[in-house]
Amino acid sequence: MSDKSSSNAYWQANLRIIKICMVIWALVSLGFGILLRPLISGIPVGGTDLGFWFAQQGSILVFIALIFFYATYMNRLDREHGVDEQ
Amino acid sequence: MDQFTINIIFVGGSFMLYVAIAIWARAGTTSEFYAAGRGVNPVVNGAATAADWMSAASFISMAGLIAFVGYDNSTFLMGWTGGYVLLALLLAPYLRKFGRYTVPEFIGDRFYSQTARMVAVISLLVMSITYVIGQMAGAGVAFSRFLEVDATTGLIIAAAVVFAYAVLGGMKGITYTQLAQYCVLITAYTIPAVFISLQLTNNPIPPLGLFSTHVESGMPLLAKLDEIVQELGFRDYTSNHGSMLNMTLFTISLMIGTAGLPHVIIRFFTVPKVSDARWSAGWALVFIALLYLTAPAVGAMARLNIMTTIYPDGTDSQPISYEERPDWMRTWEQTGLLAFEDKNNDGLIQYYNDASPEFAAIAAERGWEGNEMVRFNNDILVLANPEIAQLPGWVIGLIAAGGLAAALSTAAGLLLAISSAVSHDLIKSTINPNISEKGELLAARISMAGAIVVATYLGANPPGFAAQVVALAFGLAASSLFPAIMMGIFSKKMNTAGAVTGMLVGLGSTLLYIFTYLGWFFIPGTNMLENVPANWLFGISPLSFGAVGAALNFIAAYVVMNMTKEPPEEIQELVESIRVPRGAGSAQSH
Repeated sequence: MSDKSSSNAYWQANLRIIKICMVIWALVSLGFGILLRPLISGIPVGGTDLGFWFAQQGSILVFIALIFFYATYMNRLDREHGVDEQ
Repeated sequence: MDQFTINIIFVGGSFMLYVAIAIWARAGTTSEFYAAGRGVNPVVNGAATAADWMSAASFISMAGLIAFVGYDNSTFLMGWTGGYVLLALLLAPYLRKFGRYTVPEFIGDRFYSQTARMVAVISLLVMSITYVIGQMAGAGVAFSRFLEVDATTGLIIAAAVVFAYAVLGGMKGITYTQLAQYCVLITAYTIPAVFISLQLTNNPIPPLGLFSTHVESGMPLLAKLDEIVQELGFRDYTSNHGSMLNMTLFTISLMIGTAGLPHVIIRFFTVPKVSDARWSAGWALVFIALLYLTAPAVGAMARLNIMTTIYPDGTDSQPISYEERPDWMRTWEQTGLLAFEDKNNDGLIQYYNDASPEFAAIAAERGWEGNEMVRFNNDILVLANPEIAQLPGWVIGLIAAGGLAAALSTAAGLLLAISSAVSHDLIKSTINPNISEKGELLAARISMAGAIVVATYLGANPPGFAAQVVALAFGLAASSLFPAIMMGIFSKKMNTAGAVTGMLVGLGSTLLYIFTYLGWFFIPGTNMLENVPANWLFGISPLSFGAVGAALNFIAAYVVMNMTKEPPEEIQELVESIRVPRGAGSAQSH
């Protein structure tokens, strides 16, 4: 939902990385955990299947990784575009 | 030393710690009262956020919810953690940059409208007050079970403690007590879980134990659990039994509801920098995950434990006799949360699913006349865990302190959100804009005291709809505040008319859908349709409707925005400025 006027490079780069992260966010939880579970049900994990693991553990671990990745990425982006806090 | 004395020592000790912190962390300015002076380390804020967020529902109820339903209730795990990704990516850093004290203040300033601010205040008050009732009631129950005082006396003790640190210290006092409360609750939750995991799987780490081998049977733990529950006519633990659409929408509602809860959002106003707000959301999720990764393991292991306790020689043999039941069952029967009824008068406890038509023939053949464990409240699971695993008395004392820490830390966060909305958004912005700094601080303290009195009264006399309130709070947060805040940041052209219409449409449609099935204002008998899946629109349960309400909010806002005037130049510049971290600085005085 970007606006045409806010075309500065920093904001566009931020929106791009947000979109990528949100796709992964939805894929591991709503996707692998629920909707796509039947597709990956052939992969066994400790007495059940991969979808169950994503629903109860995998999604949470990926969420943590996503936030730390985003924070690191944005700190670099802030510096590169000269908009970091002094 | 008897169990009662041990419980008193643990609960009393933890309370003395909270009060000591309160005296140390007194708030002297409004900035300290509302935002802890914006000087909180991001890791500390992460732990405080985790305690703020994890309520009695997470600590006491969640493992039980998963244990007795299985896979389908994974929605709570994904929903209540996934919201932090939304917070970190879409809300927290920008709201921190904006640098004010409350959520309605952001909505009012961004949409240059007192009406928008008031709509936000009303949603905030409704969701926070309903939510806090559950916390106070939960604290009352924990007191009555562990300290053998009646629930109302327990509630008043709890209220007095919250009063001490919340009224004195404001956000500053609350932050540092929440840090202590997090330590208490996570220790209390983890210790029994580690022992149960060791007993069942030889693995000391519960989340790993969940996917490893059950020592006694040599089978994978989850496979063993699936087998044993099915042998007794229950649905298997690991498969999907509900509608996938409903599961998906429920998960989304919990995710955006979490991100839209004001008492969680305001925690991110306390860190010094925009980049700290991003880190802090990550740390919060790490601390939350320590409990949320343990909970499903506790659920599955406790369910298996209960099954094998009742059927020590396997489900083909006789269950234990009522006379020989373990001590923890005797203790919990006294609370009324656990109950047995010997339907076929054989002195044994037959526990099975008597609603399963497939199992009826087997039950008849064995001479069983119905399930004899007639009540097993989900909440027992975590609280009785140390007794089930035969751990020493001090672990039980720790669980008591942990349950209270979870309830009180969330209550304090909610009370701060309520009191700052009253003193800052109602009194300072509407009734008396010329109020001095000292006057506002006093008003904030009086509002806090008032909120505690109201919450305590409602906690002692919970309205009939207490069980539904958490669903309502999430539905409202998801359908009203989250979309409004997000559009305020990501759409420069979003204007007053669009945002207000969106909030009203989201709020209205969600309330309408919930009231249709649960009764107008939850008054029993006033529902227009019976609350069964066959009546639900596209199979969407009232609890899952927040996601749909949010979508309607976005759509309505965009349609109206395109028909009305675009926001003034200075508002568009404001949006530009909150999108970049530079210049965040400390709290603005205004």
